[in-house]
Amino acid sequence: MPESQDVNEKKIKVLLVDDEKSFVEVLNKRLSKRNIDVTMTFSGTEGIRALRKVDFDVAILDLKMEDMNGLEVLKIFKKIYPKMEVIILTGHESEQTAREGVKYGAFAYLTKPCVFEQLYDTIKKAISD
Amino acid sequence: MVEERPSKKLYHRHFTRNMVLFVIVVSFVPMLLVSGLLLYEYSISYHEKLYAHLKEVVHRHAQDIDSFLNERLNNLQFLLDSCQNENLHDESILQEKLFQLQQKYDGVFEDLGLINEQGVQEAYAGRFSLEKAEYSDAKWFQEAREKPYYISDVFLGLRSRPHFIVSVKSFHQGRYFLLRSTINFEAFNSLAENLRIGKTGSAYILNRNGDFQTKPHYDMFSSNKSYMDFIKAGKKAKHGIYIGEIQDASGSEKAIYLAALLKNEDWILVYQQEKKEAFSDLISTQIVAAVILLFGALLIVIMNVLLFHKVINHITEVDREKEMMNRQIIETGKLASVGRLAAGTAHEINNPVAIMVQEAGWIDDLLKEEEFREGKNLKEIERALKQIENQGKRCKEITHKLLSFARTSDTPIQNLQINEIIKEVVAISDKTSYTGISINTYLDETIPSIYGSQTEIQQVLLNLINNALYALKKDGGKIDISTRLAGRHVLVSVEDDGPGIPEANLDRIFDPFFTTKPVGEGNGLGLSICFGIIQRMGGEIKVHSTIDVGTRFDIRFPLKKPMALKSENLSA
Repeated sequence: MPESQDVNEKKIKVLLVDDEKSFVEVLNKRLSKRNIDVTMTFSGTEGIRALRKVDFDVAILDLKMEDMNGLEVLKIFKKIYPKMEVIILTGHESEQTAREGVKYGAFAYLTKPCVFEQLYDTIKKAISD
Repeated sequence: MVEERPSKKLYHRHFTRNMVLFVIVVSFVPMLLVSGLLLYEYSISYHEKLYAHLKEVVHRHAQDIDSFLNERLNNLQFLLDSCQNENLHDESILQEKLFQLQQKYDGVFEDLGLINEQGVQEAYAGRFSLEKAEYSDAKWFQEAREKPYYISDVFLGLRSRPHFIVSVKSFHQGRYFLLRSTINFEAFNSLAENLRIGKTGSAYILNRNGDFQTKPHYDMFSSNKSYMDFIKAGKKAKHGIYIGEIQDASGSEKAIYLAALLKNEDWILVYQQEKKEAFSDLISTQIVAAVILLFGALLIVIMNVLLFHKVINHITEVDREKEMMNRQIIETGKLASVGRLAAGTAHEINNPVAIMVQEAGWIDDLLKEEEFREGKNLKEIERALKQIENQGKRCKEITHKLLSFARTSDTPIQNLQINEIIKEVVAISDKTSYTGISINTYLDETIPSIYGSQTEIQQVLLNLINNALYALKKDGGKIDISTRLAGRHVLVSVEDDGPGIPEANLDRIFDPFFTTKPVGEGNGLGLSICFGIIQRMGGEIKVHSTIDVGTRFDIRFPLKKPMALKSENLSA
């Protein structure tokens, strides 16, 4: 992606991992508009591949994807680049996955549909910590 | 299930009837067999005993009579032997002998007479003047002269009184004489008459022609019976006694008889007695036995019917409980599958809703750009976007609730005092917004604590109270909340005196999305969530409602901690 090649040190780098393409795209637009450097991936493997190339600040991760379970992806993310904060954003709300997510080092657990401002604030909070 | 009831009732009735009949037959058959057998045996032995006794009596009497007659003959023989024949022709000697005999035998002998071959009475002693009486044509004389000893039948004779004659033949100087004596009829008669038993048991003597030789005392059945009839009809027993039964003319009154032959089978001694009297003891025993049997049978029938009624009631009760349990199981299963479906759907809905909401947000983002600032409908577009966002939130709330009744609890399971929770919930429930509604609590402070999640139980109680408040919203009323110990459960009742729930709705009240509230006011998940929570706790929630009287929800919380709090795997 050409924008990400223009390395602007101040821009927050966010990795979106979700197999809902439309959702990823609209989030990309809204976050980009707020000066966030977004990389869109549409599966767990794509996300992992992207992380191997770039050190992202924050990842927004869906839990239920066709190729991989989000929690597995989370574990791998944390192995590859532990400093990256992961925000889980899922439509499959469940306490068990929330607990496990926190256990594996997720920064936050949000459920769809979520208010955009809440997500944005969480990202901000994640990088300020 | 409801339409099954009449046939079930019918089946129960059939079952009762068959079982009662079966038990009655099973208990009656041996009872009847045993008592029948006993009565039969008793009757037989009673018959035997009675007949044995009567046989003995009749036999003895027959012997007595025979020996009486023989003795009379012996008396005459002795007289003949002891006196010279010539002497007996002397009437004064005859008179003296008669007197001696009368003295000795108490008037048995009425007279004495000596009769020659031609049948002329040559000498006579006695009350009647029968000297030179001519007997050659008399039947008795013709028979007597053929035999050394002779006893005649009873006849009226010359003196027109019943009497009979004993005679002994004697040879003297080539001629024979008959020494005869008339026997006092009364003395003889008393021999038979003495045989009296009870009211109807009496005896008489018949000759071969069926003529009475004694005065019958009780002459009921004798008219059509002759000497031979008794012998033919009777059954021969020991000592030559014949036993049988006779019927009177009408054929109903029966009598038993025992007959013994006398006087070289010339006479017959008949003892007869009404059967009813002879067997009165047996009959009364049979009546008592029948009464006892009847009473026992009645008792068995009554006990049976009562017992089976009880059993059937019990079975009906058990059936009813089973049916209710089935219903609950179906309800639970229904909820589980609906829950699973709802959970799946909820998740799937969240994604598109999220996209819609974000797209709306994106429009909102774009509207903030310069070029749209002056748009004529900007306000209206912003309002519409806000609306999309709000409706998205509403969708999320619904899916969240849907999930929550299939979800395992998040708050820890702990020891809880239900009374405390009730007090808190009553305190926070929004009763101030309704007028004329009072909430009363009747809490048993001695009830033990239960295990559960505080927030869940709060949710259940709040739900029930809110429903009750909603029901009373229009007309006001009261809500009674009570707790008490019921067996191994803590029973919490929430009761209102509102309009009640129509019966058609009662079955569906715990179904998800079932609501009677107007669109937008309720999503029909409250009670199904309550149901799910109570089910998971191993408890039970039931509703009782009567139109215009009110509605009561009974919740039973188990005292013991369930083995494993069921974590329904309904969530993803």
